[in-house]
Amino acid sequence: MQTTTIAPTGVSIALAGSGGSGVMTAGTVLLAAAAKAGAYGLMVRTSGPQIRGGEAAALVRLGPQAMSSLDDGFDLLLAIDWQNVNRFADEIVLGPRSVLIGDPDEGEAPEVFKATGARYVPLSLKKMAKEIPGSWINMLALGLSGTLAGLPLQALLDAVRESWKKPATLDANLKAVAAGAEAAAGVAQMLERNGGAMARLEAGLPGDKKRWMISGNEAAGFGAIRGGVRFCAAYPITPATEVLEWLAPKLKEVGGTLLQAEDELASINMIIGASYGGVPSITATAGPGLALMTEAIGLAVAAEVPIVVVDVMRGGPSTGIPAKSEQSDLSFAVSGLHGDAPRLVVAPSSIADCLGATQWAVHLAEALQAPAIVLSDQYMGQSRAIIDRPADSGMTAQRLVVEANTPDYKRYRNTASGVSPMAIPGTEGVSYTADGLEHSEAGIPSSQSKDHVLQLDKRQRKLALHDYGPYWADIEGDADAVVITFGSASSPVREAIARAKAIGVDLRLIVLRLLAPAQPTQMAAALKGARRVIVVEQNHGAQLYRYLRAWYDFPAPPASYHRPGPLPLRPAELLTALLEWRNAK
Amino acid sequence: MSPSSTPGRVQLPTTLEDFMAQALQMELDAEQRYNDFADMMEIHNNPEVGQWFRKMAVIEGKHASQIMAEMGWKEVPLSAPRAPVFEGFETPEAAPIDEVHYLMRPWHVLQLALANEERAERFFARLASMATVDSVRKAALELQQEEAEHVELVKAWMLKVPQPDSNWAEDPDPPRYDD
Amino acid sequence: MNEIVKEAAAPVAPALTAANFKSTYKPIWCPGCGDFTVLSSVTKALAIMGVPPKDCAVVSGIGCSSRIPAYTTCYGFHGVHGRSLAAATGLKVARPDLQVLVAGGDGDGYSIGGNHFLHACRRNVDMTYLVMDNHVYGMTKGQPSPTTEPDWDSKLSPGGTGVRVFNPLVVALASGANFVARAFAGDLHGTADIIAKAMQHPGFSFVEILSPCVTFRPEQRDWRKTVHAAEVHVTDDAGRAARRLMTDDGLNIGVLYAGDRTPYPASVRQPRRSVAELETEFAL
Repeated sequence: MQTTTIAPTGVSIALAGSGGSGVMTAGTVLLAAAAKAGAYGLMVRTSGPQIRGGEAAALVRLGPQAMSSLDDGFDLLLAIDWQNVNRFADEIVLGPRSVLIGDPDEGEAPEVFKATGARYVPLSLKKMAKEIPGSWINMLALGLSGTLAGLPLQALLDAVRESWKKPATLDANLKAVAAGAEAAAGVAQMLERNGGAMARLEAGLPGDKKRWMISGNEAAGFGAIRGGVRFCAAYPITPATEVLEWLAPKLKEVGGTLLQAEDELASINMIIGASYGGVPSITATAGPGLALMTEAIGLAVAAEVPIVVVDVMRGGPSTGIPAKSEQSDLSFAVSGLHGDAPRLVVAPSSIADCLGATQWAVHLAEALQAPAIVLSDQYMGQSRAIIDRPADSGMTAQRLVVEANTPDYKRYRNTASGVSPMAIPGTEGVSYTADGLEHSEAGIPSSQSKDHVLQLDKRQRKLALHDYGPYWADIEGDADAVVITFGSASSPVREAIARAKAIGVDLRLIVLRLLAPAQPTQMAAALKGARRVIVVEQNHGAQLYRYLRAWYDFPAPPASYHRPGPLPLRPAELLTALLEWRNAK
Repeated sequence: MSPSSTPGRVQLPTTLEDFMAQALQMELDAEQRYNDFADMMEIHNNPEVGQWFRKMAVIEGKHASQIMAEMGWKEVPLSAPRAPVFEGFETPEAAPIDEVHYLMRPWHVLQLALANEERAERFFARLASMATVDSVRKAALELQQEEAEHVELVKAWMLKVPQPDSNWAEDPDPPRYDD
Repeated sequence: MNEIVKEAAAPVAPALTAANFKSTYKPIWCPGCGDFTVLSSVTKALAIMGVPPKDCAVVSGIGCSSRIPAYTTCYGFHGVHGRSLAAATGLKVARPDLQVLVAGGDGDGYSIGGNHFLHACRRNVDMTYLVMDNHVYGMTKGQPSPTTEPDWDSKLSPGGTGVRVFNPLVVALASGANFVARAFAGDLHGTADIIAKAMQHPGFSFVEILSPCVTFRPEQRDWRKTVHAAEVHVTDDAGRAARRLMTDDGLNIGVLYAGDRTPYPASVRQPRRSVAELETEFAL
């Protein structure tokens, strides 16, 4: 809910209920319907820890522009039942202009929601659904919420048709959607008399561009395939499993393989073996899995074997909060290897960017024969959005490979770029043994100082000298007050900056995509004319702030706005913080 | 008898060609084994003994060349069946791999060589006694005689080389330091 | 191409010998180490297989035995402790055209590598795993390993671990390995034969090679006297093999199980769709 008069940013709807109520499905179909109506949208799911039957909510935001994060609050909370839905009170923020719809037969609406001043509209949803035999109550909820949000009935019906799996019950459920739409008219009238209409989508939405509906995890998987990955070893972990499950059939279709591993120690070593064999490889995991993988990632650094590891960050430390997002693996990703072990860290900044950033990571890893960690997070990974079709950057795996029978071949030969041509098994006359032990240029294990220094220099140099180009960061604006952030935080930061601009406060934004290696020259250029800097991130330890202070020079000591998950950063809180920082002496 | 050999694979040579190929292989195996020992000693900073093993390797190599010259072979024939094994697991003139020690002295090399030659002599004697083909038996007896000569040569050599002290295997630095 | 003009027949490559597979690097193993003869057996077995060194990969972990890849002329991968089977699995599944040999010791394979051992046997990918078992951690200078007798005194476990020895052959058989054998490093040719058979046998072939450690287990020199041939006539009956392995003295040498369990389907995959076609799933 906006606290300042800002241009409408669309409408936010929460559908909640316990297991069996089908709110997740309803949310997905709602998103699809919005797409049909030409709108953009985002769906975030939240649920209790139970495997089945737990409380769940679909958090949907619809609007005229692509978005990657939720708004400050919700215009509508429609609860099919109230079982443990109060658990979501921090996530589903309501205000006096919000609408609260619940079934009086399912009990009282929880006090925590009523106390917000939201307008309560009781509707006997269960009874209404029973009147249409064979219908599901969530379809009723879909028709009701979708219509209130401004979606045309046709779009809702078409979306249901396309998603429906059991033809026998389709008709009844289409009727339920229509019944919900009808009920919406009554609700709208009630609202007009009591506080005013609910926020809704504007009519005449563009929606003529080529668009996709995709989750961040799917986008990462597709980015990998576009980049040339043809091997994946998989071990499931929340919230990364979908990357792997998406890749399993798709890799096969393009001639690759996915192998399920017994643990992360296996999956990381498997992809190193496959990559040693010449096949670009990937795995995906979350914090605890990344922790298990570190020894082998160091092996990939030392033996110069390209790999990509997608880390879909979640609440930490240790087991933490598996189904919630946080940006707290940054310190670990940029420095969590024993020894001096330079590696690439790439952070996608939106659901759509999960594709491009992962594709880029594959390209970089292969070009530089190094491991690349892709720092995604649960918020992007498990959310689904309508995005403009991303163009293919064309960046693919292009490994520097040595020809057969090259005389005097040395696998780790020092070169100006630091990249040494690699011998792929099966190539005549250039066999070598890859080794985690420090080695001479020929790859012979060595404890000699000159070999160690040479190889350390080489491995660092190859990353430092590479021209990463403008994709290293997105830089927007040229004000002298600069906001630096990364990953999913960039979305609410952007919105806050837009709101600030609307009230005459100009802020420059730097969204980092390449976190490691540091880019001092590029950063200096990006900070030209800057007088003050603030770093925004979603973790407890201000990890990005400390990292930037370690590696970069700033015009003045930067400020930090940071807080941990599980709640996402919101535009309103960021606007307040940014204005306070900007206006401070 | 070698425990992992499949029964039936190991059999006596039935032609002179096969027998001589086996004898040649024995010399080559011995040469390789001495070279392996030499490598070990060099890596373990016992170059003196390393050189002794190299010398032995060269001698075996000469024996091998002799056989090839006698038989008019330009290349080592690879198709002959493997020689029978009467003692231990290996070809008679190659000392078992665990007979060496990083602190061993040149005298030990000769001791090893003596055992090799004696074993080889016993091998040919036994083969001769079991041989069913005349030419093979004759050749085996000849080679037995040669090995016997080698035995005497090594024995004589050993008299000229000082025997090691009784504490030759002591290393004040054990493999791991006990504090 | 003019059909009448036939291409000249490719020159026949000379037969490979063990020497083709041995590199010029001198092993750092102690003089007397059983691994020397294992190396010889491996090179002989590879020569028997006839696959050129460029198409062979030797994958290892960490330990004395794991230094073996660089002593061959094959492509080598010297990875981290205990993970050789995982790396080898990734390599073989991504590159089914390569001959993959995995090597290491009892600590690397049965302790830290234990989990991967189990699952590699289950997966039954076509590769051969050689464990040079000397019942000790040699590289770290003399700690008990999973195959060390429970009462073997050491600094790390004074008085012995008191823990029952691990039986890798039984575990391999139970987990799904398609070929289980025991060899003795001192028998160079016999071991070479077993390794060659293992490589020829489809699926996951496991060979436990008793390889004495002269430095930390000098008493293992006695193995020469105590190992004996396993009288095994039927090798494809898992039940019989299990009984044999559960009751043997740990010193019987030979192929103890050679089954017909289906190997993991690792073959070069043909693409069925283009990358661009995958987009249609997301397109609205």
